[in-house]
Amino acid sequence: MSNIPHIPVMRLGRAYESLDQLEVKNHRSGEVMAKVSTVNAGIIRKDLRKIDTARAALKQLTVAKLIELSAKAGELFLNGTVPLGDQGHTQSAQQYIETLSLTSGLPHVMVKRNMTKIHYALTHMKTVLNGLSRGLDLAILDSGMGEQFGTKLAFFPTGKALGLVMPSNSPAVNSLWLPAIALKTPVVIKPGREEPWTPYRLIQSFIAAGVPAEAFGFYPTDHEGAGEILRTCGRALIFGDKSTTDQYANNPAVQVHGPGWSKIIIGNDCIEEWRNYIDVIAGSISDNGGRSCINASAIVVPKYGAEIADALALKLGPIAPTAPDDEAARLSGFANPKMADFIDGSIEEGLKTPGATDVTAKYRGGPRKVEFEGGIYLRPTIVHCESFDHPLANKEFLCPYASVVECPQDQMLEKIGYSLAVSAITKDEAFIEQLMAFPEIERLNIGPVSTMAISWDQPHEGNMFEFLWQRRSIERAW
Amino acid sequence: MSVDASKIQAAQAELDARVAEMIEWHFNPQTGCPFWLNWAKGAGFDPRKEVKTFADLIAKFPHFKDESLRDEQPEVWVPAQFKGKPFNIFETGGTTGMPKQRIGWNDYKVDYEEFSGKISDDHFPRGGAWMMVGPTGPRRLRLAIEHLANFRGSSCYFVDLDPRFVKKVISNKQFDIARQYMDHVVDQAVTLLKNRKITGLFTTPKLLEALAEKVDLHDAGVRGVFCGGTTMAPQYTRFIVEEVLEGRIGFYPTYGNTLMGLAASVPLTKEDNFSITYYAPQPRAILRVVNPDKTTDLVDFDQWGRVELTTLTKEFFMPRFLERDEAIRRKPRAPYAWDGVAEVRPFGAMQKNIVEGVY
Repeated sequence: MSNIPHIPVMRLGRAYESLDQLEVKNHRSGEVMAKVSTVNAGIIRKDLRKIDTARAALKQLTVAKLIELSAKAGELFLNGTVPLGDQGHTQSAQQYIETLSLTSGLPHVMVKRNMTKIHYALTHMKTVLNGLSRGLDLAILDSGMGEQFGTKLAFFPTGKALGLVMPSNSPAVNSLWLPAIALKTPVVIKPGREEPWTPYRLIQSFIAAGVPAEAFGFYPTDHEGAGEILRTCGRALIFGDKSTTDQYANNPAVQVHGPGWSKIIIGNDCIEEWRNYIDVIAGSISDNGGRSCINASAIVVPKYGAEIADALALKLGPIAPTAPDDEAARLSGFANPKMADFIDGSIEEGLKTPGATDVTAKYRGGPRKVEFEGGIYLRPTIVHCESFDHPLANKEFLCPYASVVECPQDQMLEKIGYSLAVSAITKDEAFIEQLMAFPEIERLNIGPVSTMAISWDQPHEGNMFEFLWQRRSIERAW
Repeated sequence: MSVDASKIQAAQAELDARVAEMIEWHFNPQTGCPFWLNWAKGAGFDPRKEVKTFADLIAKFPHFKDESLRDEQPEVWVPAQFKGKPFNIFETGGTTGMPKQRIGWNDYKVDYEEFSGKISDDHFPRGGAWMMVGPTGPRRLRLAIEHLANFRGSSCYFVDLDPRFVKKVISNKQFDIARQYMDHVVDQAVTLLKNRKITGLFTTPKLLEALAEKVDLHDAGVRGVFCGGTTMAPQYTRFIVEEVLEGRIGFYPTYGNTLMGLAASVPLTKEDNFSITYYAPQPRAILRVVNPDKTTDLVDFDQWGRVELTTLTKEFFMPRFLERDEAIRRKPRAPYAWDGVAEVRPFGAMQKNIVEGVY
């Protein structure tokens, strides 16, 4: 057995070792932590022609049983030791934490938080599905039809499988697809280039819990292969930047997860107490290393912009890289240093346009991009922008970054545009009413609530039940 | 598998003799063509006196510049002994602007008649019809495939694919159009497969893949596939053999172009791990894998280098042309007593994306 684990392609449950393999490396030392088989689009196309067998394997189990198995998988994912690859290696929870940290740059404490989120979703699947389906008796999905709420109900699956083109930024993003298994839908996953660990461990946990292996496709692949997954499964999720997600914006079969441009807004009525909200704002910007689409990337205030930016900079600016196992770690390293170069360069380029100041610079005592014990990090950056028109005012980066922008309250909704999560700190009922009616906000928090707050039974981005199942009217004579 | 040193020496001697014969032919005013006779006037050496072996050729001749095939009229390439005989004009390139043209008479027949001996009657039954799905038009390949089929007592159906159009639309990122065109080509091929008895197929790997997604090739009667045209890395070869042809259809990858002819591959063994090695039809053509930074030098065996081609026939002399490909240099392997080139791919493929499309 080689010391380096090999993660095979999983062709609807069947392990396949390709001659083409990628290396996943320690972001600090460059040491190879795993070899990952990759395949071309042709193999995916061939396998997807047999996807009905995967669906049939899940159909044999009731939703109730799959909910029970999901909970078991959750326990295994959080605490268990599961197979790692096809050469006899195994992976304990601690090994998962350490390896993912070494290859992604996420400190242990953040990996653990992400694990906890995934565990919660898996072990509370009944609650999650109840929220997603608005209380539907899920046994109706087993037979396809039934009666509830005094009416006949029938549902049909919208696709043969759920395709996923995953990012590498944060493990908890995998929680989005977890309900698919309980909803009797096979998953076909292209993992992120630097993050095969979480989807693979989840799949192994599901299989160890008793879910049929045929229900899982794990296809590290190229751009063409990713396109095939998106085109062929019937339903798919894609994550990426705006240029990627724009391609699928009008395709109802593809749920697009792009930048969040999440924000915190303070109303005229609460702005005088802004100091009370600095902690919740700072957490919204920097929790999870600032890598989530629900991290706040713009703070929109009617006045005191400079003062608020300075207070945030004072709080966040001194944050520096730490050892990965430091329980107080706040920053994540970059598995791909070029990404850090790109972000640092983009911010510097933006600052050349008059009207913006990097307020954190004076509290950082050094450059934004730093090397620490061989890893590359970006330290927090708060930019005070004089107007929404500045190029840095509504930008999102994969690090703790936010702009602070002054804007009259009556112009805020006109200016903010699409926002995945907005926390509006206001008690002004008229303003709240406007916010509630505003269609460009996916998740709205009223009051000093972190943008990072999520409710498993209230999806902030798409409803997986409605995405995978659709109601039809039905009448049977016998 | 290994080849006796004596056989390697004999092949080398045969090559040296061929070099001497072809130099004499192409640089003798009684037999040579205007291009090379003119070139020799400014060469600063007399090839007939100073080039007697292949080593001499490497030492004395610079790399052939294929722009000459675009810039000169075809007549300058006609050897004196072929004067008055109509020639075929075969084209390469031409996605934008003037293509390069090689003229010829019988070389393609020689190449493909020899190749016929390397394919099995089980896979390409004599008399069974062939189908070519790929670049026909002004290409040597179109006549060559038909001649190969005819030589084996077979006829050949054709479905054309215009690689210039494909490269253009892919370069313009018009992927939908490329896909529509590919579907258009594949649909025509599927129609023929469903309505005619076809046993042998020539196509490109990508088209083969697309065809197999539409029709069960074995059930349709296909027993052998002869492929060429684009990169076939080991995993892709494995995919073709195991997933597309499902181990039921004979597979013959080749490397070739208008300027060389056809390099056949040795049958894959388990040890090859799907790495395909091609051997040039020496001594008519010679492939070397050279150090890109010092092209007189070969790279070591099993190392990557740039592919250099020399063509030595009475119809066409082309010394030391640097192909736009790179490959791994392999040792001689029976029945070939000279170097092979393996895992051919576009030069610099690891550094940049190369437009290959379906061609």
